[in-house]
Amino acid sequence: MSEASTSRAKPPKATAAELTGYYRDMLLIRRFEERAGQLYGMGLIGGFCHLYIGQEAVVIGMQAAMKEGDQVITGYRDHGHMLACGMDANGVMAELTGRAGGYSRGKGGSMHMFSREKNFFGGHGIVGAQVSLGTGIAFANKYRKNGAVCVAYFGDGAANQGQVYESFNMAALWKLPVVYIVENNQYAMGTAIQRSTSETHLYKRGVSFNIPGEEVDGMDVLAVREAGKKALARARKGEGPTLLEMKTYRYRGHSMSDPAKYRTREEVDAMRSHHDPIEHVKTLLIDLGHADEDALKEIDREVRAIVVASAEFAQQSPEPDPAELMTDILVEA
Amino acid sequence: MPAMNMIQALNSAMDVMMTRDPNVLVFGEDVGYFGGVFRATEGLQKKHGLTRCFDAPIAEGGIVAAAIGMGAYGLRPVIEIQFADYIYPGYDQIVSEAARLRYRSAGDFTAPLTLRTPYGGGIFGGQTHSQSPEALFTHVAGIKTVVPSNPYDAKGLLIAAIEDDDPVIIFEPKRLYNGPFDGWHENPVSPWAKHPDSEVPEGHYTVPLGKAKVVREGNDLTVLAYGTMVHVAQAAAVHAGVDAEVIDLRTLIPIDIETVVASVKKTGRCVIVHEATRTSGFGAELSALVQEECFYHLEAPIARVTGWDTPYPHAFEWEYFPGPQRVADAMKRVMEG
Repeated sequence: MSEASTSRAKPPKATAAELTGYYRDMLLIRRFEERAGQLYGMGLIGGFCHLYIGQEAVVIGMQAAMKEGDQVITGYRDHGHMLACGMDANGVMAELTGRAGGYSRGKGGSMHMFSREKNFFGGHGIVGAQVSLGTGIAFANKYRKNGAVCVAYFGDGAANQGQVYESFNMAALWKLPVVYIVENNQYAMGTAIQRSTSETHLYKRGVSFNIPGEEVDGMDVLAVREAGKKALARARKGEGPTLLEMKTYRYRGHSMSDPAKYRTREEVDAMRSHHDPIEHVKTLLIDLGHADEDALKEIDREVRAIVVASAEFAQQSPEPDPAELMTDILVEA
Repeated sequence: MPAMNMIQALNSAMDVMMTRDPNVLVFGEDVGYFGGVFRATEGLQKKHGLTRCFDAPIAEGGIVAAAIGMGAYGLRPVIEIQFADYIYPGYDQIVSEAARLRYRSAGDFTAPLTLRTPYGGGIFGGQTHSQSPEALFTHVAGIKTVVPSNPYDAKGLLIAAIEDDDPVIIFEPKRLYNGPFDGWHENPVSPWAKHPDSEVPEGHYTVPLGKAKVVREGNDLTVLAYGTMVHVAQAAAVHAGVDAEVIDLRTLIPIDIETVVASVKKTGRCVIVHEATRTSGFGAELSALVQEECFYHLEAPIARVTGWDTPYPHAFEWEYFPGPQRVADAMKRVMEG
């Protein structure tokens, strides 16, 4: 990560309140995901569960750059994106446990949640499909002249899906207000990017469509925010899509069933010790004199309380009514 | 009332809806400047502008996906997949996204898109320009599947589809675009203007989705058909000299089971006709439904007349095509049963 050192050497300016907010929001995602992992281990969450731990700076940095009305769409590793959008932790956790109180009343599960109110367009389990859907949302923005930008997230694995490039072409051709974010956590499930991808600098993937690309230190929330601001402004001006490659890392396995034998413990430990996005902001807050250990502990307590409550809610919320099986298939008269 | 062929009727439906609703837009391969490979969108770009009717790259997955995203954010896109044979690259988006968005968001998001696509044979298109893949879509919960058989229905069904809040796929029998084709392929082509269903109002009207139509009343047996086969079945009834009741299903999903059951209970016999390949075709579903609902009224085994289980052959077009002779033979068999 050659550019990582550059961006950390000259951190973009952020106020104490901003930094504290990013710290709190990233910590909420991390604690939420840790709890989700525990509930999974206890058998309270079934099926698939992809944790976002390690990648928190990407969604929080982007969210800090976005404006009210901008939309988010992403793939299956979506819990962090939903919390970043301001969706309620209770509703997300209860969807993980498949309960009536979940965002999709238990009918979606971990990978399939939505919130019209928060402009979150899902949670999609088909790898790469959301990139093309987000392009359509961006088209609707342009058509309705609403000034909004769609932020479409995908992973380094999804970057090899053909339909991504169909959509890149359309977005550039029609100058759609969309920002493509490839969260390059360097592993498509168990396949390291070097084993799947001929050109591993994914920000170059837009070149033949005239889509500018930028490599960003995705472990640095301020670097993400600055890159996001530029890309969003460009989209809002009608200049079309930008591709941001967020170099990031997931600490946990691809999903809960992944023993992660395709990488070494040392590699994971090195990322945790030297590049953790939350520790990075914590250090900034303390070094700049914006907060002390006590204040940060208080934030941790507040965040833990939200997460504990969500886990409680997710276990107390009733199972969906059996009649729900047959609803929401087609429009009901 | 003007006489329209099916192309003109479909064009009129899109024109009417684009005029009424600014959220309706039309796009696809060659639909804008060129006006569509079969001219179904001719003049729409000129009249409604480049932002309402435009050309897309040749990328069916991307086209379908863009339409889903537009629909999820309040637009009502009408897309054309140039031939039903080209739909497969978009199948993932249709099945995994369009059909499922409503369910997995518990009704929060929907994909109110309309997908038009010409299907079927009879034009020597060979295996990649003749297929009838409707059963791949009727098998998928969450989408509606429509097959018109005449200009009046084509316009009314397309308007109903655009106004519908669910994703709707309209398979347009391309052999019927310019005239009602009854399968006697050596006869001269008859234009729509000579057919009563070519009388199409210029303005807005709908033909409701999910409603079949009895196009020929009869007492001997019931024929279930859609698209081109509606005309073939009627010709076959004349040829066989059988008092057949012919039902044009018009919408496959949701199926108008009441109309089907009422007819089969009356006649006690049933012949199912479709152009698609036989195995796991929509006829298999119809056959199952009829025996479930009408078993004790049946006086003979249900018969299916379909395309063969082969790729659509170029050289053997009329051997593959379930024409009036084959349908008439089946009718006679069922009457003897």
